Amino acid sequence: MIPAPAFLTNPERFMAFSRWAAPMFGAIAVVLAIVGLWLGWSAPPDYQQGATVRIMFIHVPAAIVCEVIYAFLAGASLLALVFRHMLADCAAQAAAPLGAGFTLLALITGSLWGRPMWGAWWVWDARLTSVLILFLLYIAYLALRASLDDEAKAARSAAILAMVGVVVLPIIHFSVYWWNSLHQGSSMFTKGALAPVYAWPLFAMLAAYLAAFGSLWLVRIRGEVWRRRAEAAALRMARA
Amino acid sequence: MPDFDLGKYAAFIWPAYAITAAVFAILIAASLNHARRWRARAEALSAKAANTGAGRK
Repeated sequence: MIPAPAFLTNPERFMAFSRWAAPMFGAIAVVLAIVGLWLGWSAPPDYQQGATVRIMFIHVPAAIVCEVIYAFLAGASLLALVFRHMLADCAAQAAAPLGAGFTLLALITGSLWGRPMWGAWWVWDARLTSVLILFLLYIAYLALRASLDDEAKAARSAAILAMVGVVVLPIIHFSVYWWNSLHQGSSMFTKGALAPVYAWPLFAMLAAYLAAFGSLWLVRIRGEVWRRRAEAAALRMARA
Repeated sequence: MPDFDLGKYAAFIWPAYAITAAVFAILIAASLNHARRWRARAEALSAKAANTGAGRK
């Protein structure tokens, strides 16, 4: 078995690591977003989409990152369930609201692109519907964690939900190939499918979104560690 | 140079960017507030517990 780095398993070392890593990822995200937006808004209008191609630079990264976050949520849930590791549970709990936010962004920006291009705000297309299910999974995870007083039981139930829900990820990815879909197929990672003038800003924005998520995730995990320390201190005082 | 002339699509593109900025602002503010609030509470409770002899063993 590959040993995990100490900063991922030891809360004290994680707090020391995240103290500098969170602002560093935040700064990287800001720089990449400035570069991506500058390049994106300097790109010429697309011959088919016209100026709406500008929405792609914020829609596609949100759609990819919301899936990446769910994969992290499911992975952290598995580790929390199997090894009962506190940091893994904190990581899962911290990822869910961020994932919900990024999924909401993907849905809204996609809708604002779909109206002028497809003539509809929403269609019950396989890709759109499966991303909506992903959003509902995030909401269900958050609701489940908030609804049970016993935190250990809530964490276990939510972890099982997160792991079962991971099945939605391949469905989202392959939905455009399995079913007749209005939504276009993957072009970002297909060689030659995207002109460099659009590919570069898209990659810069994807990297910016990933860095922003990394920064916010670390900040939220730190908050969770502090919350558990506060509750442990309150419990010790009540017992004393 | 960036071109801000969006023509007939401006009504869709500007709201997409505005909503993205708003959601990011909410996520950043909520995450920082959550961390700051619990850090302050944990430090206050730990100090109080140490004073009352209920500190960590």
